[in-house]
Amino acid sequence: MTETVLSVRDLRVAFETRRGTLTAIDGVSLEIGRGEILGVVGESGAGKSVTGSAVIGLIDPPGRIAGGEIRLGSERIDDLPPEKMRRIRGRRIGMIFQDPLTSLDPLYRVGEQIVETIRTHTDLSAKTARARAIDLLTEVGIPAPERRIDGYPHEFSGGMRQRVVIALALAAEPELIIADEPTTALDVSVQAQVITLLKRLCREHGTAVMLVTHDMGVIAEAADRVAVMYSGRIAEIGPVAEVVRAPRHPYARGLMGAIPTLSDTAERLTQIPGSMPRLTAIPPGCAFHPRCPNVFGRCRVERPEPILVGGTRVACHLYDARGEAA
Amino acid sequence: MLAFLIRRLAQAAVVLAVVGLIAFAMFRFAGDPVNQIVGPDTPVSERAEIRKSLGLDDPVLLQFGRYAGNVLRGDFGISYQFRQPVTTLLAERMPATLELAFCATLFALSVGILMGVYCALRRETFLAKLFQAISLVGVSLPTFLIGILLIFLFSVTLGWLPSYGRGDTVRIGGWTTGFLTVSGLKALILPSITLGLFQMTLIMRLVRAEMLEVLRTDYIRFARARGLTTRAIHFGHALKNTLVPVITIAGLQLGSVIAFSIITETVFQWPGMGLLFVQAVQNVDIPIMSAYLLLVAAIFVTINLVVDLLYTVVDPRLRTSVGRTA
Repeated sequence: MTETVLSVRDLRVAFETRRGTLTAIDGVSLEIGRGEILGVVGESGAGKSVTGSAVIGLIDPPGRIAGGEIRLGSERIDDLPPEKMRRIRGRRIGMIFQDPLTSLDPLYRVGEQIVETIRTHTDLSAKTARARAIDLLTEVGIPAPERRIDGYPHEFSGGMRQRVVIALALAAEPELIIADEPTTALDVSVQAQVITLLKRLCREHGTAVMLVTHDMGVIAEAADRVAVMYSGRIAEIGPVAEVVRAPRHPYARGLMGAIPTLSDTAERLTQIPGSMPRLTAIPPGCAFHPRCPNVFGRCRVERPEPILVGGTRVACHLYDARGEAA
Repeated sequence: MLAFLIRRLAQAAVVLAVVGLIAFAMFRFAGDPVNQIVGPDTPVSERAEIRKSLGLDDPVLLQFGRYAGNVLRGDFGISYQFRQPVTTLLAERMPATLELAFCATLFALSVGILMGVYCALRRETFLAKLFQAISLVGVSLPTFLIGILLIFLFSVTLGWLPSYGRGDTVRIGGWTTGFLTVSGLKALILPSITLGLFQMTLIMRLVRAEMLEVLRTDYIRFARARGLTTRAIHFGHALKNTLVPVITIAGLQLGSVIAFSIITETVFQWPGMGLLFVQAVQNVDIPIMSAYLLLVAAIFVTINLVVDLLYTVVDPRLRTSVGRTA
């Protein structure tokens, strides 16, 4: 890996509720290098988006970072005061949300919002910022940007709005972009365009990307490495080729096995039996053990630590001591 | 836009014509006007003469036509009790009511929006909860009671402010104003608060609820992710979006401020149109009652129109859709 842009160590995110403290993220560690795209996958509620929000410092109360550390470059950012963290948001970490239709303020022109972002983080004049905004719109592939810059969000289609959102995320040339389900709300035909665009921009700017999604197609298409999350923990993390083609963790295997293929003639789709435990009822030991086909005694009592197997890190007792197995 | 305006004006004309019909019907069905003019011992022949001279023998439609024609020329007839043209009486009283309504609305809007924004942004503070409690009182206490309580506290007990009347007024052309003298301004304070309190609490609760809603939207989250300053997010984006629905309600409330000034004017013996109307009801002075009815209807219709136009100024989405349908 080239220089590390983001490094998360043993992150814990907790939500204080009336019924006690819920741990949404429990011991997550990951790194993203310059120009690298890390895919984060998992079922709904696995903690993918919360991880993204934690990195950019947007966990809303009653949630809070309860442990671990987040480093951007060499600087620790999880314990910064709010005003310092605000300066990092947008400037050094950009974010793209799921729904481009609601991400833009409907009352302001697209250009006003881009210029506002640029001028918050740089001391460019209004005129230079506007020129830069037009450049950004050109870069994300908006046709006739000189004219479109004065359009309101509702005058853009969903795909075009997501391009505007990407332009906004890139406005101050951040080192890291957190893309939280950037294609989920888009038409399938537009999804591929947006992913291609994101990929190209990151390669050109050397921006690192944390790509949160539940779409394995998007991961296979765009990501360099992938982290599979389950119940707020990372089950397996490694290069896409290994994790997608030869998953080691039984949950990752189940997840990959559940992707339908066109050649499949089976009547029923494959699924993992059971459902992910609620945050209030995470089982002891390995969180996945009640649904795991390979479960054995140790899984029920001892929580597996991530171990390096081949090119991936797997949190599963199957690989402990014996190295490659099962 | 022009077609929209013309359509709305046509609607307004229909509304006013219907109200005019009701106002006219009052003459015929709320007792015999001749009885109001003459004494109980007037001979029948004299009554018939008066009836004839006033045109009360003519067919109903002709009478309505004549009435409508007069109204369009600004002639609402002669007041039974004052023996003066109603138009003159209303014109004399109008400045007092309009100045009171203006101050009450100003009070309601400024204090209501400020308190609403504060309650939304500092939801958990003691002051916000206090405002909430006070607003409940404002919504539930009837206007006359608030007026009397204020008089008791500030006029009777503390002796700071006058309990009735307009104080000294200055005549400018046909308009008498209380804005230019100290006693005129002092006299405005209590009635304005009394009249505006209900609207103020309504606007406060509306602003608070709307703003909390807006603060939860994706574009506010995205604005935070862009690293904008808290001030820009709260006042540039959140407040502006909050005010879109508030404008409608506030505008319509302005109409009811004028219409319901009747009660406040009675409590404070404010020499405005409302007080004139109450006196007219007591003396069955139908020309004044029907003129007042028409006037209030005209004010409501005008305000509705202005609010619709304001809407399109604030919200660009309406601007284009209106333009398209037009």
